[in-house]
Amino acid sequence: MNTQFLSPTVATLSDTWTLKDYWGAFKVRWGMGRFSYRMAPGLYALGTPGEETPVFVTGNYKLSVDHLRKALQGRDAWILILDTKGINVWCAAGKGTFGTEELIHRLRTTGLLEKKGKKLLILPQLGAPGVSATEVEKATGFRVVYGPIRAKDIPAYLDSGLKTTEQMRRVTFSFLERLILIPVELKGIIVPSILLLSILSIVGAFLVWGTSLIGSSSLSFGDSLLISFKTFFPILPVGFFGVILFPLLLPLLPGRAFSLKGAMLVLWGLITYLTVSHTFLEVPILSLLFRVIPYFILLASMVSFLAMNFTGSTPFTSLSGVLKEMRIAIPVQMGGFLVGILWLWIDLLKRGIP
Amino acid sequence: MDRSFKKRHSMSTNRTFQYLKGVTTLQFSRELCVSCGRCTEVCPHAVFGIQNGIVIVQDRDACMECGACAKNCPTSAIQVRAGVGCAYAVLASSWFRKPGWFKRGSQTTGYCLQADAPSQKSPCCGGGGCCGS
Repeated sequence: MNTQFLSPTVATLSDTWTLKDYWGAFKVRWGMGRFSYRMAPGLYALGTPGEETPVFVTGNYKLSVDHLRKALQGRDAWILILDTKGINVWCAAGKGTFGTEELIHRLRTTGLLEKKGKKLLILPQLGAPGVSATEVEKATGFRVVYGPIRAKDIPAYLDSGLKTTEQMRRVTFSFLERLILIPVELKGIIVPSILLLSILSIVGAFLVWGTSLIGSSSLSFGDSLLISFKTFFPILPVGFFGVILFPLLLPLLPGRAFSLKGAMLVLWGLITYLTVSHTFLEVPILSLLFRVIPYFILLASMVSFLAMNFTGSTPFTSLSGVLKEMRIAIPVQMGGFLVGILWLWIDLLKRGIP
Repeated sequence: MDRSFKKRHSMSTNRTFQYLKGVTTLQFSRELCVSCGRCTEVCPHAVFGIQNGIVIVQDRDACMECGACAKNCPTSAIQVRAGVGCAYAVLASSWFRKPGWFKRGSQTTGYCLQADAPSQKSPCCGGGGCCGS
């Protein structure tokens, strides 16, 4: 290793994943310790790089570094890790922590500025929102190129002499890429939906119990709670629709606005439910429809809201678009949510009267 | 899988994932542009293309306002209000707490409260998969 231009000894990185790395990747996908999965910023050597070896730049979210070093398996490289507060490159670039200033600062403090040979920085394309290549080139004398979006394309990129294909330059949002987002989203929805179901059921139970006392049919509070719970139980699939089915079916759902797509998904669910009940259980469709309307309104509002919040997990929604859809969607969602709840509570009030 | 299928497939995927039309704040100045091609290098949605050696805007509605093109344009020929297209972040930002947020023209950067106050422990909103993937 030719590290004459570097003052202290440079830390090295391995190009293979250990069991611990796989376990760590699995854990952060489930949202466990996601914000403390970091590495120390600085310069690292992979293999035996020298003066002519280019420098790859990444953020200090460990999963980002892991994907980069895995992609560089069997090669020599310098890896410069910026302090992005443990956040992945794209999000950090949006916030500016993966940025011009931090990059220039790291080049200075690691001694890379004294590098004599090939002065080439290879940045991930998705780091571009935070870095001005022109400014870095002016301030440091390094040439800046943006490599492919996905680390797995790096071998082909290097082998072709730093040429990217159109496909390497475009973000995708494949079924698998949507699938791996589900655990984190699911984890975030379980507690709120149980909490909501409990609150709605308990308030509903008081309504049934109260009216039964006035109407002197005297239901016990336990029975009232059971009746109320049964009434609100059908809202529990909200998480299933909002954070599992929605991401998976995203490209198939009609409309462009996410809030609309979310509501359409619940409409599909309603049609499926009505068809199955009518065909197999021979329930008259009109009476069934009237019974499920409040659930449809409630679920459509909530799933629409969750779907809208999924915009942040996708790689193609713009702020202007999100603001436009929120202005219309939020009042409608809030209205639907209130109407649905009041409808079911009023139904419960009637149940107390014999 | 043969190449032509792959290409067709990737094209159709890009069309499928187009968001709202006619909303982007992207502005491009033909006069200032020197056609260096840096924008075609950084745009993740191929909004820019090169035709006969000249940079053109070829798919404006695919713009997600990430700001990479404007930030890397050496002649400031591109302007865009960069921000995060995340409803969760908008809800968590101060924008939502001001009256009149639902009116057109009310603006936000889409960054969370935590980003406004770096002293807070989490540097990110922590909502959804946006910041960990």
